[in-house]
Amino acid sequence: MLQEESDLSLIIAQIVQKLKGSNLYTQLERQAWACLQRPEIRLESLKEDIKEFFKISGWEKKLQNAVYSELNVYPLPSHPAASPEHLKEPLVYMRKAQGSWEKRILKSLNSMCTELSIPLARKRPLGEQKELLSKWNEMGTDEPDLSHFRPVYAPKDFLEVLINLRNPNYENGDSISFRTHLGLIQVPLKVKNIPELKECFVELGLSTGQLGIDDATQVPPELFENEHVRIGQKVLAQQDSAAAQQYVRQGSPTALRAELWALILNISSQPEDILYYEQLKTNVIQHDLLVDSLIYKDVKLTASNDDYYFVFEDYLYQVLLCFSRDTSVLGHFAYNSASPPKSYIRGKLGLEEYAVFYPPNGVIPFHGFSMYVAPLCFLYHEPYKLYQIFREMYVRFFFRLHSISSHPSGIVSLCLLFETLLQTYLPQLFYHLREIGAQPLRISFKWMVRAFSGYLATDQLLLLWDRILGYNSLEILAVLAAAVFAFRAVNLMEVTSLAAAEAVLADLSTLKVMPLLQIFLFATVT
Amino acid sequence: MAGKVKWVTDIEKSVLINNFEKRGWVQVTENEDWNFYWMSVQTIRNVFSVETGYRLSDDQIVNHFPNHYELTRKDLMVKNIRRYRKELEKEGSPLAEKDENGKYLYLDFVPVTYMLPADYNLFVEEFRKSPSSTWIMKPCGKAQGRGIFLINKLSQVKKWSRDSKTSSFMTQSTKEAYVISLYINNPLLIGGRKFDLRLYVLVSTYRPLRCYMYKLGFCRFCTVKYTPSTSELDNMFVHLTNVAIQKHGEDYNHIHGGKWTVSNLRLYLESTRGREVTTRLFDEIHWIIVQSLKAVAPVMNNDKHCFECYGYDIIIDDKLKPWLIEVNASPSLTSSTANDRILKYNLINDTLNIAVPNGEIPDCKWNKSPPKEVLGNYEILYDEELAQGDGAERGELRSRPGQTPGPRGSRSRDSSRSVLTTWK
Repeated sequence: MLQEESDLSLIIAQIVQKLKGSNLYTQLERQAWACLQRPEIRLESLKEDIKEFFKISGWEKKLQNAVYSELNVYPLPSHPAASPEHLKEPLVYMRKAQGSWEKRILKSLNSMCTELSIPLARKRPLGEQKELLSKWNEMGTDEPDLSHFRPVYAPKDFLEVLINLRNPNYENGDSISFRTHLGLIQVPLKVKNIPELKECFVELGLSTGQLGIDDATQVPPELFENEHVRIGQKVLAQQDSAAAQQYVRQGSPTALRAELWALILNISSQPEDILYYEQLKTNVIQHDLLVDSLIYKDVKLTASNDDYYFVFEDYLYQVLLCFSRDTSVLGHFAYNSASPPKSYIRGKLGLEEYAVFYPPNGVIPFHGFSMYVAPLCFLYHEPYKLYQIFREMYVRFFFRLHSISSHPSGIVSLCLLFETLLQTYLPQLFYHLREIGAQPLRISFKWMVRAFSGYLATDQLLLLWDRILGYNSLEILAVLAAAVFAFRAVNLMEVTSLAAAEAVLADLSTLKVMPLLQIFLFATVT
Repeated sequence: MAGKVKWVTDIEKSVLINNFEKRGWVQVTENEDWNFYWMSVQTIRNVFSVETGYRLSDDQIVNHFPNHYELTRKDLMVKNIRRYRKELEKEGSPLAEKDENGKYLYLDFVPVTYMLPADYNLFVEEFRKSPSSTWIMKPCGKAQGRGIFLINKLSQVKKWSRDSKTSSFMTQSTKEAYVISLYINNPLLIGGRKFDLRLYVLVSTYRPLRCYMYKLGFCRFCTVKYTPSTSELDNMFVHLTNVAIQKHGEDYNHIHGGKWTVSNLRLYLESTRGREVTTRLFDEIHWIIVQSLKAVAPVMNNDKHCFECYGYDIIIDDKLKPWLIEVNASPSLTSSTANDRILKYNLINDTLNIAVPNGEIPDCKWNKSPPKEVLGNYEILYDEELAQGDGAERGELRSRPGQTPGPRGSRSRDSSRSVLTTWK
């Protein structure tokens, strides 16, 4: 009991510490001062009256949302003596692996730099600044020569690193048994099995209404949809983050999704936020970064060719270029196993006083990175709003998809979860694919790294991301990947090569996500 | 019915021919006995012209109505709609209700249009009322964006009349007739780009009116960012969405072809604007298509040997009001991308399933009421017989039933509309 209490007070102390530095604190303080004028505030019961006022005016709700947000994002403090590295990633071998992967990326970036004789960053001449400002809304029409640029890495390079990951403390003996993991990932992380997943994703069960299933045209809306929409509107009226998060587990109605996601992510566009975005835009105008070219190239290679997202090409530049310059993103490295790459002012290599984070936000984009932003363009059409939502989604979820960590939502755990599900519940398929040299993870890895963006139809993708937000976890990606294999199992059993297996799984655009998940989790014999 | 259907076409497109062959139909020439002729608009002119004295027999079907141009020529379409509106007004029909400014509440869906040179003076009067407006000049009889240009000064019209082959305004020749319409310079933009909608509508008979809407229409995006600035008036890549034109722009992409499905549009609008306004928009689009067909129904030669698949071009403005730009009798069957080919193939497939039931030798005397199962991707847009019978709901296409009919409030047109129980 005592331990719990002291844990709780530690958490409270930490959250208070964090929120004290935030805008919300200033606003609350201002509100408290202002409300002293009000007649219902009496000196004798000052504290209670102000608290009552906060409750009625909705400020308490805002505070509640902020606290809830902190709880969701930041890991609970473990031991007061734990080092900051431990918070990033508790397992040493994972930290080491991430460190060497980062070294490789930075080396690749630096050599591209030297090869092309382009500086990592440079200040734009005034003429160029003016030009860029005038073209800000149509950067897609620019056709800079990007032929010499290559993406710093692609998902398959990253997969190779993960495959070679080993825990030096783990020895599982030489004999092969039915316990031997047949997949590519060979680290002993704990992943859930189907009974545990069923418990975790209980709202996806067969007897609960879902958007993505129970709103099909043949189903009369009175059965589920109308009521669900009504509840959604109520949740929005209450402006309650926690309720919204619970609500979207059953899917979000299209018309309410933009607001619900903003509520869950605790994004409210204050004037300061708009100003901040404008400031970032100015940074883009004034300085040119090498990563800008990488971003251009990525958008041109991926989103511009996509049936759904090509329309929003210009928004992608406006978001991603600003994102690279946003130093507030550095905050997430406190709980990310990755660390921002450091670069040195020319001529001062190794001197710590001249070290800067490069890019300013510490995130080097890889091939397909822009696809994290693209689906959001269907929901938000003001650039600053789109920006805020994307940034929050990144520091809550997407960063885990390309850094090496032991976190249950980290990509390593997702890969292991996927392989384990397949091996346990579709052993024949798994064995067959392995025999023909088509390890399933080689096909599904790219889906998971991109959170299925660009592979599913947009409306289905949004239903999937509803659940990511709702459960505050990326595990659903691994479950869906396994469910897709289960769905196409019959065809896959007949293929005899990796290429043929890829072909069977090349087109996911007709898949309906929710029925697949439901069948796999709740209708498969375990 | 014994015997295979014999088909002819003068349009050599694979999406057509593959569909005929998959039904096991036999190709013949037009001089032989044929059952099904998919003809171009030039040919239909000949078939039904008085001189040739062609008589179609009961087992012959063609894919155009004899005087389809009443709908598909820009000037005649406008004339017919105007006539229709005046008739409704005379009857005192609530459909013809006008607002305080004299604009039709429910029937104002075609941008203000004048025929040139006939209405030149009327046009000048209108132009002078709003001198900063932009107008679009379109030749009546051409397609694919040919011959279209924008003007914003009277002098440009005068210049055109001087430069064109006709030496003066007095010479009238149907080939060189033009219409000039008020340009919609506040189109709805998505991602900063202008787009228009292409919807396919199949009409099997005009009296009673029976028409079907193809569910898989698409949006065509301009490759260049939209700007209403006057300096870009000459840049056709900014203003015209015809694929024939966009294809030659530098940024044209051959993977997606600058096209979006209508369901993408719907998802985007619902997500960013809300469900009600989106539903209302799509209801309005269906409404204007049906009204345009009703407008020409009285003058159409409802020949029982005919059906027609039209390509409707619609632009949505930034107030989410749809405008009918034009109707095409021969929508392009060329495919610009792989998805396109699949779409057009399925379009023809579903069209043939409705027009030539069971793929058997046709009999023009049939009641043209296909069973629901063969509709494929078509939905009944309007069925006059059903609408006038008991089931008003079964006779017209509405968005998903069960939408809270609640107060639609601000726009008076909707509160009036609920009074009309059918679309008679």
